[in-house]
Amino acid sequence: MRTRQTLLTLSTLLVFSAVMFAGTVNGKVTYTGTPAKPKPIDMSKEPSCAKQHATPITTESVVTGPDNALENVVVYVSSGAPDDGQVPPQAVTFDQKGCQYVPHVLVMHTDQELKIVNDDQTSHNIHPLSKVNVEWNKSQPPGTPPITTKYDKPEFISVKCNIHPWMHGEFAVLKTNHFDVSKGSGTFSLPNLPPGKYTLTAWQEDYGVQTADVTITGNETKEVNFTFKAKAY
Amino acid sequence: MNRLKPMRFIATAIVGAVFCATFATSVLAQAPDVPQVGPLQKLQVKHMESHIGNITGSSENAKTNYRRYCVGCHGDYGDGNGENAVWLDPKPRDFTIATFKCRSTLTGTLPTDEDLFNTIARGLTNSNMPIWNHLSKQERADLVAYIKIFSPRWDKEKAGTPITVPPEPPVTLESISHGEALFTKLECWKCHGPHGEGDGPSASTLTDSQNNPIRPYNFALGGNDSRFKCGSTNQDIYKIFMTGVDGTPMPSFADVIQPNDAWDLVHFLRTLQIHRKSKENDVLMAAHGVIPPYVDKTPAPAPAAPADNKSPGGGQ
Repeated sequence: MRTRQTLLTLSTLLVFSAVMFAGTVNGKVTYTGTPAKPKPIDMSKEPSCAKQHATPITTESVVTGPDNALENVVVYVSSGAPDDGQVPPQAVTFDQKGCQYVPHVLVMHTDQELKIVNDDQTSHNIHPLSKVNVEWNKSQPPGTPPITTKYDKPEFISVKCNIHPWMHGEFAVLKTNHFDVSKGSGTFSLPNLPPGKYTLTAWQEDYGVQTADVTITGNETKEVNFTFKAKAY
Repeated sequence: MNRLKPMRFIATAIVGAVFCATFATSVLAQAPDVPQVGPLQKLQVKHMESHIGNITGSSENAKTNYRRYCVGCHGDYGDGNGENAVWLDPKPRDFTIATFKCRSTLTGTLPTDEDLFNTIARGLTNSNMPIWNHLSKQERADLVAYIKIFSPRWDKEKAGTPITVPPEPPVTLESISHGEALFTKLECWKCHGPHGEGDGPSASTLTDSQNNPIRPYNFALGGNDSRFKCGSTNQDIYKIFMTGVDGTPMPSFADVIQPNDAWDLVHFLRTLQIHRKSKENDVLMAAHGVIPPYVDKTPAPAPAAPADNKSPGGGQ
């Protein structure tokens, strides 16, 4: 009985301290060198989409901001995260709008529900080119219900629509909820990290991955920055 | 002296030939019935089974036949990197990812044993995969089991449930024209072209999942013997677009087409095969005297000629 009480107290203390002494990792993702210029997309073959864009949109494989900031980089705790395997109950949504994927990079947990919506007046086919997970390819004409699915293995998956070859997005299927996608200013934030040693991974679809180790000792904020070498093509 | 030279040459040649023959015999004597080279010798064939009707295939029994018939293209490791692969387009199937084109099951699921069995028998039209129906049913069943040794998916997953194909309704003009409306609405023409000739606006951009260029199916090619990749019956066409052709740009329409609509689409697709005699084309001929896609293009009598006097692939 006493052992149980002690255990209970201890675990309560542990949980409490984890909440009390949660650290944060903030940082910025930048590039060096000269990245390829985004290419304008010609949607004239799909007028219903073309008219949704006042100015032609450009490719989104590499999106940069001021001061060499790199947007759309997935930064996540690749090892050491305490909540690996806790699948968020809510679904993530991947929208097809104006013959573009919104968001361009969608992060989800393994086994988290993924909802794919077609907001366009044209048929799309959703073809995620998974290699580790099972590959499938489905048609989604306008006005049809969302496609709901999930991925059971962590993987970065390129998504394309074969009907509209310019459409290109990315699924980042992770085993952690500690992730962020870098903003227009290149910044990211990973809050609520209990004390421990972590490996952070930053992934950019064209430039690959980078890792960094960080140790959180208490209620503190650490800074970790990532710099990718830009590819000129 | 000069005369001796040819003699000496012949003598050397004979000695050489005898040596070679001895060497070859000694090597061959050690070899099993079928020459086995490379990694397969070391490859322990995992036991896998296939069940087709009352036939049970087992992977061990297919080792020789795989070596003899399949390895040249599909490779020692079943990864589609056989020695002929570089010359082939489309590329040989990579069994290690267990993605298959011709299935009766939904997209993303494993095909049934029967699906693979039929594919081996049928071959894949417009590719280098020939017809293998000269192999016995048992041999083909064994090969189906053998294919499964290459991917762990066969251990973890069950084959998908085959889709149900409801009985085919009669071919009518309404059915065909409704099918045509679906062909437009579902944007099949974006790849397959307005007349199904594989020349839609996106056709030139298509790549398969290995990033190799791939052509959409051209319905208009071929005569009475024209086949689809996954079979030649109306039921087969129904399955192709409902299940999708996995590993290619062709998606599954199973979630978006109702069974009756699907049959209408099948009926319309048949009429795109303008040189093939079919009940669908007969209905159109009876109604219009011509097959509609060519009303504007061709003088009236030409397309009215029955398809059976045309050579396969022949134009007007």
